[in-house]
Amino acid sequence: MSNTIPNKERMKLPRQHMPEIAADVRARNFEEVNLGFEANAAIIESLRCLACKTPTCTRSCPVGVDVKEFLARIIDKDYLGAAAVIRRDNALPAITGRVCPQEDQCEGDCLVAKRNESVAIGHLERFVADYERKTGQIGIPENAPSTAKKVAIVGSGPAGLSAAGDLVQQGHKVRVFEALHELGGVLVYGIPEFRLPKDIVRQEVDVLRKRGVEFETNVIVGKTVTVDELLGEEGYDAVFVATGAGLPQFLGVPGENLNGVYSANEFLTRVNLMRAYRFPDYDEPVYDCRGKDVVVVGGGNTAMDAVRTARRLGARNAYLVYRRGEEEMPARKEEVKHAKEEGIEFRMLTNPVELIGDERGWLTGVRCVRMELGEPGADGRRKPVPVAGSEFVIDASLVIVAVGTSANPLVQSTTPDLKTTKKNYIEADPETLRTSKKGVFAGGDIVTGGATVILAMGAGRKAAKGIGEYLSSGAWPLTVNG
Amino acid sequence: MFPIVNATLLAPGVKQFEIEAPRIARKQQPGQFVIIRIHDAGERIPLTIKSSDPKKGTITLVVQAIGKTTSLLNELGRGDAILDVAGPLGKPSEIEKYGRCVVIGGGVGTAIALPTAQALKDAGNHVTAILGARTKNLLILEKEVREASHEVFVMTDDGSYGGRGLVTDKLRELIGEADFVLAIGPVPMMRAVAEATRPRAIKTVVSLNSIMVDGTGMCGGCRVAIGNESKFACVDGPEFDAHQVDFGVLMQRNAMYRDAEQQLLAHFKEHRAEEVARVRGACAHV
Ligand SMILES: Cc1cc2nc3c(=O)[nH]c(=O)nc-3n(C[C@H](O)[C@H](O)[C@H](O)COP(=O)(O)OP(=O)(O)OC[C@H]3O[C@@H](n4cnc5c(N)ncnc54)[C@H](O)[C@@H]3O)c2cc1C
Ligand SMILES: Cc1cc2nc3c(=O)[nH]c(=O)nc-3n(C[C@H](O)[C@H](O)[C@H](O)COP(=O)(O)OP(=O)(O)OC[C@H]3O[C@@H](n4cnc5c(N)ncnc54)[C@H](O)[C@@H]3O)c2cc1C
Ligand code: SF4
Ligand code: SF4
Ligand code: FES
Repeated sequence: MSNTIPNKERMKLPRQHMPEIAADVRARNFEEVNLGFEANAAIIESLRCLACKTPTCTRSCPVGVDVKEFLARIIDKDYLGAAAVIRRDNALPAITGRVCPQEDQCEGDCLVAKRNESVAIGHLERFVADYERKTGQIGIPENAPSTAKKVAIVGSGPAGLSAAGDLVQQGHKVRVFEALHELGGVLVYGIPEFRLPKDIVRQEVDVLRKRGVEFETNVIVGKTVTVDELLGEEGYDAVFVATGAGLPQFLGVPGENLNGVYSANEFLTRVNLMRAYRFPDYDEPVYDCRGKDVVVVGGGNTAMDAVRTARRLGARNAYLVYRRGEEEMPARKEEVKHAKEEGIEFRMLTNPVELIGDERGWLTGVRCVRMELGEPGADGRRKPVPVAGSEFVIDASLVIVAVGTSANPLVQSTTPDLKTTKKNYIEADPETLRTSKKGVFAGGDIVTGGATVILAMGAGRKAAKGIGEYLSSGAWPLTVNG
Repeated sequence: MFPIVNATLLAPGVKQFEIEAPRIARKQQPGQFVIIRIHDAGERIPLTIKSSDPKKGTITLVVQAIGKTTSLLNELGRGDAILDVAGPLGKPSEIEKYGRCVVIGGGVGTAIALPTAQALKDAGNHVTAILGARTKNLLILEKEVREASHEVFVMTDDGSYGGRGLVTDKLRELIGEADFVLAIGPVPMMRAVAEATRPRAIKTVVSLNSIMVDGTGMCGGCRVAIGNESKFACVDGPEFDAHQVDFGVLMQRNAMYRDAEQQLLAHFKEHRAEEVARVRGACAHV
């Protein structure tokens, strides 16, 4: 360990700035906004860490990444060592370093934040993971001898991918079934290129392939094949359901069938998965935003991604309409900052009540009502209530609804003995991720509801552990009653 | 990759493909469809499964060339392959013993209606088919429809074959005896059938061709107005009670990408050979 700077001095070092593309340039292209630390900046940033005895950063990371240890390796310029430290707990560091809501997790509780800005843990995580990738030295652990057991994984999002990695390592034969034609779940169809380049996801998938994981796309479990058939004639010993929460919710206001009204899922899928931002080189069309006014409804990462995407597609005015205040927005702080720099206009405490169209059925505007925050509701958040007589219209020809998603239903509806909650999420034991059905495990958004990449990844790893134990013992203690 | 093992031109612009897709072949039921993507810059489009052969592991599709993707597909043949085929999607047709059924197929809708007609017949219904086409040489699958039904009437706009007029003209003659009507074809045709049977409250089902992306309920792009509700055609349909469907909304939403579609088609017509070569090149590498 070579950090010789006294703690007091470390506290004074300024947080290193993440280089990024200038706002006016990036607001017109799909290049990644953040450019990444140079080694020098990474080392200086790591030197800011106080190496706490009981590090709150690790405690606040959902998977308990040993932050101070990996920062120490960076200081020693042992970047591959740093990556190895992270990989003990986190299978997808190049991704989480980019998309974790760090301010609510590791960085939120960093001791340095008491006096100064927190250590840029996310940026550093990304730095070492990118180093590893660029030098082609992603550490591939050796697989245990074959157990002759077969595991099917349903869904290739972060939960499915991380489970797959751990399970092949345990020596099992693993096959991932994915409904879409591309692997990665929300990482490829939802989160845009300018925040998470698809090459990174592809590379993670390639590494898994090298480690022996098999992938089969275009398989919609529940339609193409059922869970019972996987466990029966297809001979799988266990199934991990990681299908996510991708069903779009709409506003339930008049006018939602007008042309020019999208769910965020449709808009982002067209642009990201189908590459409509490169139309006509790619065939999938998306509403032509050039010179148009666009309203995005919602306050989470999805809303932020949609509005920034519309901007990049050429929107003249891109508004973000949210019924609570900016403080209450669940989106990552960095995205909010970037969005504002890119000229997104925030209309807080505003709620759409009607979508207005012309006689041909095309959207022309969004009638909104102003909101104020009232008494705290059941979740402790102050409930927005409409201000009487405050209605007004925002002219727009495209509106994108990003107000949340719900459980993907196809596995549940075709697996009757799988116990679900009222909202159709799958019930699973929080530690082993066993469901009510023997041999079937579930984790990620399909259990928790829309959450985060790191939680889904953590669930995948827990499931791998649970599945490993089940495959060796055959025991199925009932913790979720069917 | 999903190899094309057979391809036959049924009528000008309408081609039948037999494609290797063993998983789907095992599962397909009448009324279900697949989503295909021809190559990696292509779009995803839905196509109904006309029939399948579980032993051989193949499914059969009938494609009418309308825009770029269907035109490109129809340039392909035996020995070529389709990059992605996912399914079977959608709810299977509800097959019951209704009594006397009238099955109406307009244009390529005939292919889509065929498996359901057969299933209705197998379930013990009396099946009368009415096929519509602009002119004689555009009529498809007549022989197969004859096998799948008890009687067949053909209507052509120009009277070049069968009766002259619209399928609804024939329907009106038969309507007194019908217990159930299935209509699949162009939206105006389905709407006219719905209006014809509405006064008599004859149960009428149509298959809606809304614009789809994923086909699994994930995007909501395929939503249609049914009664006072929004439904997703890919998971709640594609078949719906014709008397509940808002056909106006369907037509309006189907026009959403007209400019982009025309741009792609115009480009395709100029670069047909290159586009086909690109698909074949991509196949050769896999
Ligand atoms: C636009 C957007 C932005 C986001 N931004 C962030 C962010 O910045 N930071 C963050 O931490 N989180 C973010 N999230 C949330 C995060 O992406 C999810 O919590 C996470 O991806 C959940 O992972 P998962 O593996 O459970 O499911 P998913 O990633 O949803 O993957 C599920 C996969 O299963 C497939 N599938 C579904 N049903 C079937 C079936 N029947 N058969 C076969 N396959 C099936 C789906 O096609 C999909 O590929 C964002 C989400 C969205 C939508
Ligand atoms: C459930 C279902 C089953 C179908 N089955 C068949 C079939 O068996 N045989 C057949 O020939 N056609 C079928 N269709 C219609 C077929 O999907 C469209 O003709 C095709 O997508 C047109 O694509 P294109 O690029 O050639 O034409 P484009 O020029 O892109 O579009 C022409 C028209 O086709 C429709 N369309 C365009 N894109 C889509 C899309 N992604 N999804 C749905 N419709 C779209 C629109 O109404 C559009 O105006 C079906 C459609 C649905 C929804
Ligand atoms: S995984 Fe996420 S929360 Fe944990 S240390 Fe890395 S960036 Fe922070
Ligand atoms: S809390 Fe902050 S200062 Fe303490 S170990 Fe973690 S990163 Fe370093
Ligand atoms: S096609 Fe996306 S929900 Fe139906």
